[in-house]
Amino acid sequence: MFTRHARLKPGYEVVIIGGGGHGLAAAYYLTRDFGIRDIAVLEKGYLGGGNTGRNTTIIRSNYLTPEGVQFYDESLRLWQDLSQDFDLNLFYSTRGHFTLAHTDAALRTMRWRAEVNKHFGIDSEVIDSQAVAEAIPMMDLSCGGHAPVLGALYHAPGAIARHDAVAWGYARGADSRGAEIHQNTEVVAIELEDRGSGPCVAGVITNRGRIATRKVLCAVAGYTPRVLAMVGLRSPIYVHPLQAMVSEPIKAWLDPIIVSASLHVYVSQSARGELVMGASLDPYELHSTRSTLDFAESLAAHMLELFPFLSDVKINRQWAGMADMTPDFAPIMGPTPVQGFYLDSGWGTWGFKATPVCGKTMSHTVARDEAHPLIHGFNFDRFARYALTGEKGAASVGH
Amino acid sequence: MKLMTCPVNGPRVISEFAYGGELRPMPDPGAVSDEAWADYVFNRNSLPAVRREWWCHTPSGVWFVAERDTGTDAIKRTYLYQAGP
Repeated sequence: MFTRHARLKPGYEVVIIGGGGHGLAAAYYLTRDFGIRDIAVLEKGYLGGGNTGRNTTIIRSNYLTPEGVQFYDESLRLWQDLSQDFDLNLFYSTRGHFTLAHTDAALRTMRWRAEVNKHFGIDSEVIDSQAVAEAIPMMDLSCGGHAPVLGALYHAPGAIARHDAVAWGYARGADSRGAEIHQNTEVVAIELEDRGSGPCVAGVITNRGRIATRKVLCAVAGYTPRVLAMVGLRSPIYVHPLQAMVSEPIKAWLDPIIVSASLHVYVSQSARGELVMGASLDPYELHSTRSTLDFAESLAAHMLELFPFLSDVKINRQWAGMADMTPDFAPIMGPTPVQGFYLDSGWGTWGFKATPVCGKTMSHTVARDEAHPLIHGFNFDRFARYALTGEKGAASVGH
Repeated sequence: MKLMTCPVNGPRVISEFAYGGELRPMPDPGAVSDEAWADYVFNRNSLPAVRREWWCHTPSGVWFVAERDTGTDAIKRTYLYQAGP
């Protein structure tokens, strides 16, 4: 599927650290839209083996802040014709997305979100419990009497897609236009020099030798703090594991995507019939992708409150990714105080759906050496200026 | 099941504990610059390493210090802040 390169060249115009969806999408749009082909994508493991292959594949744009809504809506638009762009089936499947409200407070927030969404032309509305019952007849609306469903925020364009294929599609497109993709290639240091205007990127040291470059894009999710330490930058990013699990394949019965913040559940049914389930972040910081029994037990218990008939269904797999969290639940993107060092980070629990638009905006940022207008609200120095972008709608669960 | 040792109540399952973040000295808010204060408020030392953290045993409300490796999740030791390590 890709060209294999026996060795690294001595230098590249752009080096992208991280061969996940975001890094590969940036490589793709750099080659396609900006004609920059002298690119190396360095991946320490295998393509899409990080959070690109560990998320629950939900795509939506019903966010809370104007910055977030516009950004994710552009992403959703890009998603819809990506399969044709790649000539590769991403199994992009529009399902409709229901965020359940179990309290009056939750309903109020949903009305707010719906109004912000509608203002930007996004298909988003609050519906009552009767409409929820009609859309999802298999659900126990009383939730065992603990937390009855009062209504929901309904987002018709909510979708799922095959996440591995996203990484492969972007990789193949970048590869066929001349970008080099190097797997099993770990960055161990970044060389800086001062050409008279502060620190600038001069090169990258890998486990396979040195590369000269003046532009580095860092798209490494949970490894961001470690790469930032290589260039001497401090950031608010902290890392928690985010776990998920899937059931054994069962007959298709759940078409839409269901999210309940109160019950800490989100679930959809894949094309293979597995229930893909997630909950909230692990409760404390950890740089590890280990799984816990606590997580599986608590998520299963909440799933049974919504869908008691699943009590005989077995769990097939469980896994975790490392989420790079920020204090305002918005990403950190764009140029940094180190010249030639560009950051695409802080994607925490909400990065998959943003893959295409991150590639688009970061390729612009790297090629032109200035932040794309859509990412101005996400800049690196907003914390030092106390100008946060409070994206509470960032992930549907857990904050 | 993962255990943590509360300095008052002894070993308990990890679900009984709440995480309170890294133990970090607060600069004098009256004397510090805006930049240094923003660094204290927002920036974190997020490298995998052994570090001192605040933890609370929630059923009893005991706050204490744990030395934990954030790369391996190994808890090295726990002690009351007042008592010291």
